[in-house]
Amino acid sequence: MTEKRTPYISVEKVSKVFGGYVALNEVSLEIHQGEVLCLLGDNGAGKSTLIKVLSGFHQPTSGIIRVEGQEHPIKSPRDAADLGISTVHQFGGTFPLMTLERSFFAGREPTKGWGPFEVFDSKTAGEIVVREMQAMGITRVTDGKRLVGSLSGGERQVSAIARAVYFGAKVMILDEPTAALGVKEAAHVLRIIMQAKQRGLAVVLVTHNVTHAMTVGDHFAVLIHGAKADDFRRGERTREQITDLMAGGEAMAELEAELESYRTAN
Amino acid sequence: MSNLKNLTRRPEFAAFVGTLFVFLFFTYFGWPTFIKPLVTAGWLNVAAELGLIALPVALVMIAGHLDLSVGSILAAGAMTYAILTGHFGLPDFIGLPAGLVVGTFFGFLNGLIVTKTKLNSFIVTLAMMFGLRGLVFGITRLTTSTVLVSVEVSEAVKSTFGGRLFPSIQKVFDYFTGKDQFLSQYVNLRPFSTFENAIVLWVIMALVVSWILYKTKYGNWIFALGGDETSARAAGVPVERVTIALFMGSGFGSALLGVTQVALFGSAQVSAGQSYVFFSIIAVVVGGVLLTGGYGSPIGVIFGTITFAIVSQGIYSTGWDSDWSSLILGLLLLIAVLTNNTFRRLALSSGDKKVSARPVTNKATAPKEASND
Repeated sequence: MTEKRTPYISVEKVSKVFGGYVALNEVSLEIHQGEVLCLLGDNGAGKSTLIKVLSGFHQPTSGIIRVEGQEHPIKSPRDAADLGISTVHQFGGTFPLMTLERSFFAGREPTKGWGPFEVFDSKTAGEIVVREMQAMGITRVTDGKRLVGSLSGGERQVSAIARAVYFGAKVMILDEPTAALGVKEAAHVLRIIMQAKQRGLAVVLVTHNVTHAMTVGDHFAVLIHGAKADDFRRGERTREQITDLMAGGEAMAELEAELESYRTAN
Repeated sequence: MSNLKNLTRRPEFAAFVGTLFVFLFFTYFGWPTFIKPLVTAGWLNVAAELGLIALPVALVMIAGHLDLSVGSILAAGAMTYAILTGHFGLPDFIGLPAGLVVGTFFGFLNGLIVTKTKLNSFIVTLAMMFGLRGLVFGITRLTTSTVLVSVEVSEAVKSTFGGRLFPSIQKVFDYFTGKDQFLSQYVNLRPFSTFENAIVLWVIMALVVSWILYKTKYGNWIFALGGDETSARAAGVPVERVTIALFMGSGFGSALLGVTQVALFGSAQVSAGQSYVFFSIIAVVVGGVLLTGGYGSPIGVIFGTITFAIVSQGIYSTGWDSDWSSLILGLLLLIAVLTNNTFRRLALSSGDKKVSARPVTNKATAPKEASND
């Protein structure tokens, strides 16, 4: 079915317990470069916990993480960054009141000069951010000095992706990138995801939008109550099967029956 | 046109308008007293002293924290200086730096507790405010058995930290020309005799703080930290170190004002400085800094400080009862926050196209101990 190659990151039987609550239960996943892995699941299924384990914010209670086949725990966000794991959160540009150039380079500022006179190289930063945004199709951005908050949701998402790509991310984790976006903007973000994949990045797309997942996904994993309920590749399941699985099958059937009886009653 | 538009979108614009307004207000109602050098010196001195604290506190607030312990740290710095020199008879060059070190140390302690315990800085610095005040009281009473320690301030300290500005300038001229009272022969310095040396310290502080925030990468880290701590951490900003450094900065600023006041008045009091806790917050917020962090500018804070000083001092030249100045300050604070919000919204709306600017309320909090997916 799939060719046997070493995944960039593999998660093996990882569990995470908060107090007595099992947020993740022996989840195993393979993250390959040049592939889009879609993490599907309802609210509370454990998607965020899994992301936080991968980005170094949480330590797994049990289980191991391998990087290129070698066991390699991700101890901190810094550790994750060193491994090239970059997480883009739902709202993309998370510093709405910073200028685009400052926000883009936060923590990795280009500088010139030395000692106490080492200054933030605003000119270079502005040029790079405008160039990178233009390259990703956001042609409206011509000035790095505009505030991040003045961009639309999709533009902010794209700027965050551009940032990850620019700083050489190997794995890009996107947490609900399209959730708050309009149809056109969502389509643009999905196009950027495909571009990133073609560049050889591993993309982990967390979403509960099955349509978006099926558009770009190569590999899918469905989480239910912290456990992996299904794991399949592109084309192996229909949209209905996936939706049913995510919603827990029965619940969806129940709702449909209820709606049907409501319709007949009126 | 677009330049004008850009100007109005700068974070300090509203603060500038506020300063201009109160200046014109008191010029009109306080005419002609208000524009006399003596009155100008009055509010400029207040602004300079407050500014020494407000500027570093502004950095703390832009980074999303509060510092309520500035008053106690001021007293601690002042008392350290006063006890070491006035009581134990040590020279100024030991006592004064020791005061600054003590202030910086308690700032460091604030930062350390905030980063280690993850408690809100409001609570941590509130605890520090009371705890340190008690400590200063206790130690002062134990060593000197009074609550007021007087100091024989040396000439060197008087002409740099404390003292008046023009005598100091006069000394500089005398030194280079070799003559006595060189400047007075040409200019009548008498009306200007009340400007304090603190004004020079304030200018230096303003330059340093502006440099850090506008020009260095540390400024970027401060904005990022105030914008969203979790994202800043994920982006690689050393959150703990920045936080501690900022609290050290406000501790230093407070102690600097403490030793300056000792040098000016020749004594230190254990209860000194508490009014600066709220004054500094007012100056910073009127200056356009967002109370929740992530936005603001030192230039705005300078205007905010001047506005505060003009309102608190200008009242004396109007002939009105000075009781009203607090009312004006309260109203001013409210108006300032409302105007700042309006201007910030303007800055967030982009000029060329209608965009849905996302409200800034999606501040993620520190990593929680439970998943929230």
